[in-house]
Amino acid sequence: MTVAANPIGQAITWINDPLNWTNPGGMLDRLGEHLTISALAVALGCLVAWPLGLWLGHLGRGGGLVVLISNATLAIPTLALLTILPVVFASGFGKTPVVVALAVFAVPPLLANAYTGVRQVDPEARDAARGMGLSSAQLLRRVELPLAVPYLAAGFRTAAVQVIATAALASFVNGGGLGQIIRTGFGIGIAAGGGQIVAGGVLVAGLALLAEVVLGGVERLVTPKPLRRGRQRLGRPRAADATGSA
Amino acid sequence: MSFRLSYRADPGNPWFSWQYVRDNSDTILAAVREHASLTGRAVLIAVLIALPLSVLAYWVRPLAGPILAVSGVVYTIPSLALFAFIAPYLGTGATTVLVGLVLYALLLIVRNVVAGLNQVPPEVREAAEGMGYGRWRRLFRIDLPLALPGIVTGVRLATVSTVALVTVGVLVGHGGLGQLIFAGFQNNLYKAEIMTAALLCVALAVVLDLLLILVARLVTPWSTRRAR
Repeated sequence: MTVAANPIGQAITWINDPLNWTNPGGMLDRLGEHLTISALAVALGCLVAWPLGLWLGHLGRGGGLVVLISNATLAIPTLALLTILPVVFASGFGKTPVVVALAVFAVPPLLANAYTGVRQVDPEARDAARGMGLSSAQLLRRVELPLAVPYLAAGFRTAAVQVIATAALASFVNGGGLGQIIRTGFGIGIAAGGGQIVAGGVLVAGLALLAEVVLGGVERLVTPKPLRRGRQRLGRPRAADATGSA
Repeated sequence: MSFRLSYRADPGNPWFSWQYVRDNSDTILAAVREHASLTGRAVLIAVLIALPLSVLAYWVRPLAGPILAVSGVVYTIPSLALFAFIAPYLGTGATTVLVGLVLYALLLIVRNVVAGLNQVPPEVREAAEGMGYGRWRRLFRIDLPLALPGIVTGVRLATVSTVALVTVGVLVGHGGLGQLIFAGFQNNLYKAEIMTAALLCVALAVVLDLLLILVARLVTPWSTRRAR
């Protein structure tokens, strides 16, 4: 068993080398890849999960399905999906399979929160809207959707943070991203690459925490003040809590 | 742990091949064993740490916020990064994987146990105090039994996500079934190997989850009685 001598010191040295930033495959390259893959995956997830979740919530049906999807994806190992999808797409190892695999993990929080967001709308508000002569589609668009926005934002934050975290695993299938820095470090060996391993870890963890903080702020911004306090007092568990991390 | 691979594949690289399963049954069993043992040990250690931590957060209210916040931050750190932090200190052994798994399972269990403890009705608590129950006796006779549903939820969530997470241990060479998935990927996309390992992963999660449901039924007979 090999152990690095002074990983933190090595990591600082590694991060301070400007070449490690600007080289091809350096930190900036990897950061760009990481953000591109993550953004595409979250966008794809939203495109699929939001309409479905809002629609199911509007119908008030399919709650069991939503829970089932959340639980099933919790049990699927990320690594399995990342390795299986390139085979399915048979398009070699471009970005598409990785993006689709990550989008699969973005769907449960997005779907669950969209569904809950519509379901929690006060039935009286719904009745009032119907009484005013709104059609079913108008009810969804003008009443349920605006009231569900805080939940959509919560789901978005959970999904985005999870995708950014999971995108680090894309490096296992040569999909690029910041995880590649860690993998390269392990390739060199812990004794020599310990600094690079820790540096990569700091970048991956930092990006995930930054996304959590920034999107948490966005979530607060789009949540009207009275709802913020109300949710706190009710202590309603976030739908996010049920879904695992990468 | 290194795995041998008997590569007498069926022609055409099918999704599933009994030939592969038969030829590599020893390897597959060894991987399942490592996977299950890592999961079991991680969840067990996490429970042993999480229970006292949750009771501490329950008794000393000012500590509840920081305990949940710190474990929340740890949970947000991606698994790959967490392993990257641990590996240079503990080396590329199973210990590295175990420590990472425990840290993740910790949050899920602590959060649910604290929620379970907080759900104990104040009237019940006061009644116990009125009957002269001390702090410890109340904890073991009243609070913990009533928090059992929360504890079980936490342990179940932790177990299922740990099973999935073990595969990331590939990074340091101890990923259980993840080793097979990764080997299949490197082995010219040997579909049968990837698929078998992935299915076994999901199956292991389901089996362990069902086992925990069964245990929960046995230790909380009142919950099923009420449901009926």
